[in-house]
Amino acid sequence: MTSDSKPYSGEQRDGAPLPAGGPKPPPGPDPTPDPRAADAPVGESLAKDAWRRLTQNRAAMASLGLLIAIVVVCIAGPWFLPWGLAEVDWNAFGTGPTLENAHYLGTDANGRDLLTRVLYGGRVSLSVALVASFVSLVIGVLYGAISGYVGGRVDSLMMRFVDIMYSLPFMFLVILLMVVFGRNIFLIYAAIGAVEWLDMARIVRGQTLALKRREFIEAAHALGVRDSKIVTRHLIPNAIGPVIVYVTLTVPKVILLESFLSFLGLGVQEPLTSWGVLISEGVDMMESAPWMLLVPSFFLAATLFCLNFLGDGLRDALDPKTR
Amino acid sequence: MLSYTLKRLLMAIPTLLIVITISFFLMRVAPGGPFDGERQLPPEIEANLKAAYHLDEPLPMQYLRYMGNLLEGDFGPSFKYKDFSVTELIMQGFPVSLEIGGLAILLALLVGLPLGIAAAIRRNSTVDYLVMGTALTGIAVPNFVIAPIFALVFGVLLAWLPAGGWNGGAWPNLVLPVVALSIQQIAYIARMMRASMIETLGSHFIRTARAKGLSETEVIWRHAIRPAMLPVVSYLGPAIAGIITGSVVIEQIFGIPGIGRYFVQGALNRDYTLVMGTVVFYGVLIVLMNLIVDLLYSALDPQIRYDD
Amino acid sequence: MLSRQLIAALGGLALGALASSAQAFSVNIANGAEPGTLDPQKTSGNWETRITRALFEGLVTYTADGSLVPGLAERWEISADGKTYTFHLRDAEWSDGEPITAEDAAFALRRVLEPAIANHNANLYYPIVGARAINAGEAAAESLGVETPDAHTLKIHLTQPTAWFLQALAMTEAAPLPEHAIDTAGEHWVEPGKTVSSGAFTLSEWQPQARIVVEKNPHFHAAQDVALDRATFYPIDDAGSALNRFRTGEMDIAYSSVPSSRFAWAQQHLSDALQVGPLTAEYFYMFNLREGQPLADRRVREALNLAVRREVITGQILGQGQPPSTWYVPHGTANAPSGQMAFADMPMEARLKRAQKLMQQAGYGPDHPLRLTLNYNTLEDHKKIAVAVAAMWKPLGVEVALVNSEAAVHYATIRQGKFEVARYGMVATINDPFDFLGAYAKDGSASRASGYHDADYDALVARSTRELDPQTRQRTLTQAQQRLLDDYALLPLYDYVSVHLVSPRLGGWESNPMDVHPLRYLEERD
Repeated sequence: MTSDSKPYSGEQRDGAPLPAGGPKPPPGPDPTPDPRAADAPVGESLAKDAWRRLTQNRAAMASLGLLIAIVVVCIAGPWFLPWGLAEVDWNAFGTGPTLENAHYLGTDANGRDLLTRVLYGGRVSLSVALVASFVSLVIGVLYGAISGYVGGRVDSLMMRFVDIMYSLPFMFLVILLMVVFGRNIFLIYAAIGAVEWLDMARIVRGQTLALKRREFIEAAHALGVRDSKIVTRHLIPNAIGPVIVYVTLTVPKVILLESFLSFLGLGVQEPLTSWGVLISEGVDMMESAPWMLLVPSFFLAATLFCLNFLGDGLRDALDPKTR
Repeated sequence: MLSYTLKRLLMAIPTLLIVITISFFLMRVAPGGPFDGERQLPPEIEANLKAAYHLDEPLPMQYLRYMGNLLEGDFGPSFKYKDFSVTELIMQGFPVSLEIGGLAILLALLVGLPLGIAAAIRRNSTVDYLVMGTALTGIAVPNFVIAPIFALVFGVLLAWLPAGGWNGGAWPNLVLPVVALSIQQIAYIARMMRASMIETLGSHFIRTARAKGLSETEVIWRHAIRPAMLPVVSYLGPAIAGIITGSVVIEQIFGIPGIGRYFVQGALNRDYTLVMGTVVFYGVLIVLMNLIVDLLYSALDPQIRYDD
Repeated sequence: MLSRQLIAALGGLALGALASSAQAFSVNIANGAEPGTLDPQKTSGNWETRITRALFEGLVTYTADGSLVPGLAERWEISADGKTYTFHLRDAEWSDGEPITAEDAAFALRRVLEPAIANHNANLYYPIVGARAINAGEAAAESLGVETPDAHTLKIHLTQPTAWFLQALAMTEAAPLPEHAIDTAGEHWVEPGKTVSSGAFTLSEWQPQARIVVEKNPHFHAAQDVALDRATFYPIDDAGSALNRFRTGEMDIAYSSVPSSRFAWAQQHLSDALQVGPLTAEYFYMFNLREGQPLADRRVREALNLAVRREVITGQILGQGQPPSTWYVPHGTANAPSGQMAFADMPMEARLKRAQKLMQQAGYGPDHPLRLTLNYNTLEDHKKIAVAVAAMWKPLGVEVALVNSEAAVHYATIRQGKFEVARYGMVATINDPFDFLGAYAKDGSASRASGYHDADYDALVARSTRELDPQTRQRTLTQAQQRLLDDYALLPLYDYVSVHLVSPRLGGWESNPMDVHPLRYLEERD
């Protein structure tokens, strides 16, 4: 097998040390990452290093650019559009994209400008995605890593708690939150984050169970590195691949979950809207007014594509094994 | 292993007890009741209805009554489907949901895993981009969009398959719902498998295996795939529990007589007994699936052990 | 040898199937949802009564166009004081061959009032002597004011004359029930194989969430006039799905399958199947009239009514042909009162001007805008209408906060009176203005929810019920409605319409205000 035909030759792109062919490499603890090296104040250089690798990934950089563009357009765009969020054009109910009256992407069934609504909706959906994914990431990763690393009775109890959270009827949980805290958009974020961390926790725990018996973790242990440090410096970074991928999968989930909450009356209230809500409105009009489905779907899809390539790039950049 | 399994099964009892108790009170303090509908009932009639379902008793009494019946295996009558007990509803619908969901999971694994592995092996190649692009589209299009499009295109416009209906589970009626249900799962599984495979292929023990002079095929099949399955398996536990209990969207759009609708409609109708039935049923499934997943961990990666 | 027999048998089967399918007339019906029960006294919606009506025949019943005709009762007399109804039952049989007797009819009326049955519409039978006490659990069912002098005669005694009482008897709730079958089968007696029916059809199959089949009842008293052999009901709760399956030809009738979002499309492509007609149902916004509420002020209520351009809502947003209404009782209702809100004929500009003036008088202006919350339950059309109404109120300086919630929460909010303006749909159970006007009278559901109290109005409604002369009654009803309208106690938007799809090959199906479509009149067109 020649080097060219190696299917995973991508690994070499970053100059990762491949074991030399021929003679057997000396057996021993995984050379990367070196547990002692991690003790050194390397935070800044790690971040710099990761950033450097990220900038070299063209797909990731293009995605980052487009993502920033989408965010900027959603934030600033509505100021430059002639129509307001709730403003009704009494002469244009459900019309298709047209230059007339500046309805560039058409209007909805209430005569409101669709582009304007999609941009406002983007603010909601993107912030839900950001906050809920972040909450689920932080809780899920820490919870999962601790549960898996400590193991034994603690692991067992922590995972039974996860089982309980899975089984509770989500809808009533949210309705009750609303009763207690009132209608509040931050509550939506919290509620969504509060359920989405469960999968993340189980995935990270699974990875941790596999990693903690590996030589480099045991070596770190033997060297007397503190548990908290082992978890944050060794376990989590080594589980980062599935974590990042799962985050990119969480984003579409939470954006759509928000539309379900809106259906229950627990999400955003009119005239405010979100991509999920716009898409579910559009499905109804699929045959007669396809733009109502296509426009918000396009924005959502573009965002997801970008997040995905960015996620892959980040994964590569952060991967301790290829560093 | 056996004692671990037994211990986990024993622990399921308090877990479920907590779930049932929290759910019961959570549901009852939520605003809106089973008789709040477009037609506002006169007080006398509402009183009759409440008495008929013992809703006129103090809440703790109702809880004790419910737990007592539950111990005897009685989930009570559904409020909305008055002619049926909750047990009947679940037992009639579950086989259907299991069939649709099971087929969807199977399809998702059969398609998703190979795609993910292929994409990982040919990383950053055309194959990779093609597979991942398709997978992303599957994720970006929610199933309340996919399902109506499928029904319209394949059911009505092309008329290749029935636009809906169960028809006793005849295969033409299964195709659209199963495919619609699996698309998102295929995408998830392919994405996760690819990432995890890349991770594994870069790890030390694979390099060791390669260095030992094993062929690539051998390295991948004998050493890489099993550990790479870990995150997918972690995800699959709860995902399977979710999918075999049906999807309200798929069931409504394709007219499938499964139990997915009961989870959402039961809650929307405040059909208290039906909601509790679904909670208990789902809780049991979650506990079992997560147990199976944990047992699979050690099968996939012998380094994982559980301290009994 | 064996195989030849088998082939012969199979051939015979196939031939038999062919022959019967050539003759049998059957229809598939997309029915909104899965019935929770087919016990005619426990039903709660039209997806159930569409089936129970095929199984159980009332003393009086409906024709295809929704008018009342004799059913199991051949004829009846009403005493001069309007308090005694005497029904003469025809010779008819249950589907098991047992005779249908007056005792079966009396049994049904006693049963519907039993507290344990917890019937939703039991209050419609409160006019019968002793009924209310029975329903409240204070008296035995036997004390009900019904008599059966002989097997074919049923006498019902009322506490006071009740103009709409025959309408109440036309409901499937009041249809005679087979006491003998209920005794043997117990609580779940309406199941295939157990149930005994009096209607044109019998129940032959029920696969929960999949389908319900009814077949022609040879014992039905007018069996020779029934063309339909079999109807299959499919519980399809997604309108889009019902529409799809109608388009493929699988369904012959699809109830409520064309939402406003697809109506224009259906008009173009399915015009020969689209059936639209007025309903006895009203879409309106309920005001909270309690002391201290912003809408306790009549001027504000009038201004809000003035500013709403109802024809934009029915024309631009819904477009299904709903009549925009400035009245409360839908015009499709039998004996509907006349009259409407005073501004109905004013041009829009003048209306807006007046509305602005009224708002000023009520103390609202640019520095002190009226802030209102508008509640609606989750549904695309409700949302669109609420958004449009909020925009129409904007020129008055009204700032509206829209609050949507799922149905259970929405109706609980209304019941508890914790709202300012709330979307409401009043659907008549009987074809009479009383259902609408009674709701705003003392102890009525709308009165309890909105806090509307007016002794004169209550008196008018009570009198209209007792009044037996149709013309005098009509005048009283008109007076009552006008009081409500002049008070701007609510904001009517439009009369509902029914929108169904019916295959053009079917005859004997007509749109009607009660939206009842007895299967026995269906016929096959050539």
